Amino acid sequence: MDVIKTDVAIIGAGGAGLRAAIAVAESDPGLDVALVSKVLPMRSHTVAAEGGAAAVIKENDSLDNHFHDTVSGGDWLCDQDIVELFVKAAPHEMYQLEHWGCPFSRDADGRIAVRPFGGMKVERTCYAADKTGFHLLHTLFQTSMKYPQVKRYDEFFSVDLIVDEGRVRGLLAIEIRTGRMVAFVAKAVIVCTGGAGRVFPFTTNGAIKTGDGMAMAYRAGVPLKDMEFVQYHPTGLPGTGILLTEGCRGEGGILTNKDGYRYLQDYGLGPADPWPRKKAMELGPRDRLSQAFWHEQQKGRTVKGPYGDVVYLDMRHLGEKKINERLPFVRMLATNYVGVDPVKDPVPVRPVVHYTMGGIDCDMDTKTALPGLFTAGEASCLSINGANRLGSNSLTELLVFGRRAGEFAARHVRDEAGKGATETSIAHLADGLAGRVTGLLEERHGTESIAGLRKEMTSTMEDGCGIYRTEGTLLETVGKLAGLRERYKRVHVTDKSKVFNTELLHAIELGNMLEIAQAMAHAALDRKESRGAHQRLDHPKRDDGTYLKHSLAIRGEGGAPPAIDYRDVVITKSQPAERVYGGEAK
Amino acid sequence: MSERTIEFEVLRYRPGTDPEPTFQTYRVACQDDWVVLDALNHIKDTIDGTLSYRWSCHMAVCGSCGMQVNGEPKLACKAFVRDYGGRIRVEPLATFPIERDLIVDMDDFLDKLQSVKPWIVREDDAKVTEGEGEYRQKPAELTRYRQFSMCINCMLCYSACPQYALNTDFIGPAALALAHRYNLDGRDQGNEERKDVVASHAGVWDCTFVGQCSAVCPKDVDPAAAIQQGKIAATTDFFLGMLMPKKGDK
Repeated sequence: MDVIKTDVAIIGAGGAGLRAAIAVAESDPGLDVALVSKVLPMRSHTVAAEGGAAAVIKENDSLDNHFHDTVSGGDWLCDQDIVELFVKAAPHEMYQLEHWGCPFSRDADGRIAVRPFGGMKVERTCYAADKTGFHLLHTLFQTSMKYPQVKRYDEFFSVDLIVDEGRVRGLLAIEIRTGRMVAFVAKAVIVCTGGAGRVFPFTTNGAIKTGDGMAMAYRAGVPLKDMEFVQYHPTGLPGTGILLTEGCRGEGGILTNKDGYRYLQDYGLGPADPWPRKKAMELGPRDRLSQAFWHEQQKGRTVKGPYGDVVYLDMRHLGEKKINERLPFVRMLATNYVGVDPVKDPVPVRPVVHYTMGGIDCDMDTKTALPGLFTAGEASCLSINGANRLGSNSLTELLVFGRRAGEFAARHVRDEAGKGATETSIAHLADGLAGRVTGLLEERHGTESIAGLRKEMTSTMEDGCGIYRTEGTLLETVGKLAGLRERYKRVHVTDKSKVFNTELLHAIELGNMLEIAQAMAHAALDRKESRGAHQRLDHPKRDDGTYLKHSLAIRGEGGAPPAIDYRDVVITKSQPAERVYGGEAK
Repeated sequence: MSERTIEFEVLRYRPGTDPEPTFQTYRVACQDDWVVLDALNHIKDTIDGTLSYRWSCHMAVCGSCGMQVNGEPKLACKAFVRDYGGRIRVEPLATFPIERDLIVDMDDFLDKLQSVKPWIVREDDAKVTEGEGEYRQKPAELTRYRQFSMCINCMLCYSACPQYALNTDFIGPAALALAHRYNLDGRDQGNEERKDVVASHAGVWDCTFVGQCSAVCPKDVDPAAAIQQGKIAATTDFFLGMLMPKKGDK
């Protein structure tokens, strides 16, 4: 086994991983960073974020506003001490990103412009037209190039964490271009591998978002927290699942059903006018909007399309000039992928899996229960997003907590100097882990196809663990997933070659996704209430007495399903109350 | 939705197994709203799991799936099968070494990108001090460089560039456009530091202004314009340098 020694290994080079790498380099220039990613950094899915990043930078806004919007948006499942820290750190991080060159859209006086997003009392989303994630990612990537101590390992696929005597010692990876196995020996590891939207069939998430880091941490004994909370974004393009940003509605776009009626007014978000109006109608939170679609569908008021039912996102009244200036990417996407120019016609849309609120359990310092292991971004669960993430908090989250992860990992390396196992013993542990990969490549008569198992997994997740769930649908899904994990043991990898064996990587990703899907479905089965993005038709009310708690999925041994445990939510200054949008919203 | 069978001739090359690249043909029943990437995914999932290519976002922004489609550099996720006939030839991007099948080695670009210092260079190191706000930048100042900041690093421009095909020392369209992007940004003071690379022989002067880079760019970045503007800036700097030589200049 080849060994690469470093101080801090970062898995994933999207927004969070890059921000963490820069933070390590800045807080302790003497430390080496290995930035390990299965794709080139600019391919990371941060690139696809469109609408913007929230921070209180205007005089008409306040940290308190950002705090309360986030906590009520998250249906009080957010840890409030961490939300307080988050909203306070956000403006500084936004200015830092600006100083590094992010081409933010500007007001006439040269200040960063803001736009409204769903669930916001005051507009606070900083944006770069409708390509904020793209610009954020490229700005961070290009800026990271100035730090020679950040060494990139592009297209190295991480397989597992190496754990010894209760601490993380590094990770096992495959160098994709050669097929060579490599053990990274590190004093701290930061997991920034993003979410796991790909466990569902219809998602805005790129092909790479298979939750590898979540699965690695889970296998290493770290719980996955609040996995039952999966966000459906209300406006995806049918067929492809391509995201049309909430910025469309922030700029004034409306949603209509088959009768041209703004149906959201029937679901506690009205009255329809005056429009646009904050925290009302199309600027309600994502969970409520996606749920409203489901109800319209039940009533037969959606429109039949070749890829399922749709409603319309109508932006025509914004006019060509504004659409070109604020939403040029949206115009290109709609025109190319569904053949509808939003300047001329309403665009068909439907809810689409977008974000995993849950993730690797960590504290406000991004530390996990496994000493030496840190996490940030969508892979992690702090939790500031609670039961439903507020749009435009995720880009800010990866800046604030990517930085913290880098700083705390650097501190950990200094504090732990001199401790640790020898290189040889770590390489030996890596050899043991490598068996899972080499096993997949052995000549054996596997009978299960990767694509076949993946399709069955995604279908059962949508059927049983979608926008609305019941005990019956969830029981069916957990049963199905257990069967799929069993069948996965017989998965067949036809490609036995070394160089860029993407079929082998897909097989490993599928194994990761099956474990994550199980954590989601079991956590959903055990939460017998409805809160935020987790809606149970058989338990339609929120139950704070029993479930004002984070769920913790703990991996079962020997293929057993996870055990679900609970931990109290941290409440500081906002007692749980009813979430109010529309006419009653303040 | 109508369906049509298309023959895909895909370049295959597995180092260690194949002595040289060869074409393999797959017949795929395609929906008319499919892109070439959908067909490749169909092949991978149901016909031949060994076919390798890069992809992720399927929305023309991650830049992974650049390849030659009927001889032209395209993003496979933005090349609609309805725009082609019954036979589509798919090859890896030209001008780069093939690693396997449709995957090329683009290390050379990453080195070149780094060489132009694609970050904000300032004496204060672009650090935000506590209590400080943003650098002001008026919309018109943003417009000056914005187009050149839209590069997704997909490498279609390098694949189309006749100069890069002849001489891989050429810094190339995307990296020069990004250098220009920072030079035009009012927040940046790195023009001098980038000059050694940008205004060198392998920099803007190596470009013969064929303009193919801008023609194939899926994001309308117009690297050819960036390079021509770079030539003008370099010339102006040269004459200014003759008039007012600076300490340390060679």
